[in-house]
Amino acid sequence: AVSLPRLLIVYPWTQRFFDNFGNLSSPTAIIGNPKVRAHGKKVLTSFGEAVKNLDNIKGTYSKLSELHCEKLHVDPENFRLLGDILVIVLASHFGRDFTPACQFAWQKLVGVVAHALARKYH
Amino acid sequence: MVLSPQDKTNVKAVFGKIGGQAEAYGGETLERMFATYPQTKTYFPHFDLAKGSAQVKGHGKKVAAALVEAANNIDDIAGALSKLSDLHAQKLRVDPVNFKLLGQCFLVVVASHNPSLLTPEVHASLDKFLCAVGTVLTAKYR
Repeated sequence: AVSLPRLLIVYPWTQRFFDNFGNLSSPTAIIGNPKVRAHGKKVLTSFGEAVKNLDNIKGTYSKLSELHCEKLHVDPENFRLLGDILVIVLASHFGRDFTPACQFAWQKLVGVVAHALARKYH
Repeated sequence: MVLSPQDKTNVKAVFGKIGGQAEAYGGETLERMFATYPQTKTYFPHFDLAKGSAQVKGHGKKVAAALVEAANNIDDIAGALSKLSDLHAQKLRVDPVNFKLLGQCFLVVVASHNPSLLTPEVHASLDKFLCAVGTVLTAKYR
């Protein structure tokens, strides 16, 4: 859930999708913003679905991909940015346990998720 | 991307905290980069890239030293890294996308060793700094 606020702080241009979220004027505001927290939870829960369905990530994200293209109009580059942020958050959480092999697997996973979310774009 | 005074303060604080471990961080950054992004190994066919490689550690020290130098001369990164910029343009010609990959791995190393240090704001500053370094190193490519 900390990944979304971090994305909005590290890459401020990603805030463009959240005009109706209220106060995003400072890192403190972003971290404390209840809409950001709620949305962050949604996003990470969806990520959890990918982990539960590693053999069918494309299927898992098919509808979400359509949504992000047709309704939300999100440049897929943003999915890659969020993926990189998530990896760094995992690293800070797991420290030494987040081995190079672990990072490799997770960077691949976030890449696959980003790809799946971009797949239905037209 | 322009580094604000706060960015510069944040970056210097990170490197101040890392101190002498910078060399080890450099080695680990490369180890992670080769493991996570295998295409980066194509620039090192002459290296032993096995785990614990002395060559990787040695090269990691060099990379770290350059980052430290840039941080210590943060008001003129282009000046501080001018020779390295020439080297990358004329001899090494590492494709620009790879600097982002190195940067990501460096951030992972800093995060995994110092979780409390890499707050979102500091993360942003450090990411900007690494982007700036990459920009300088590729500035003379064409």
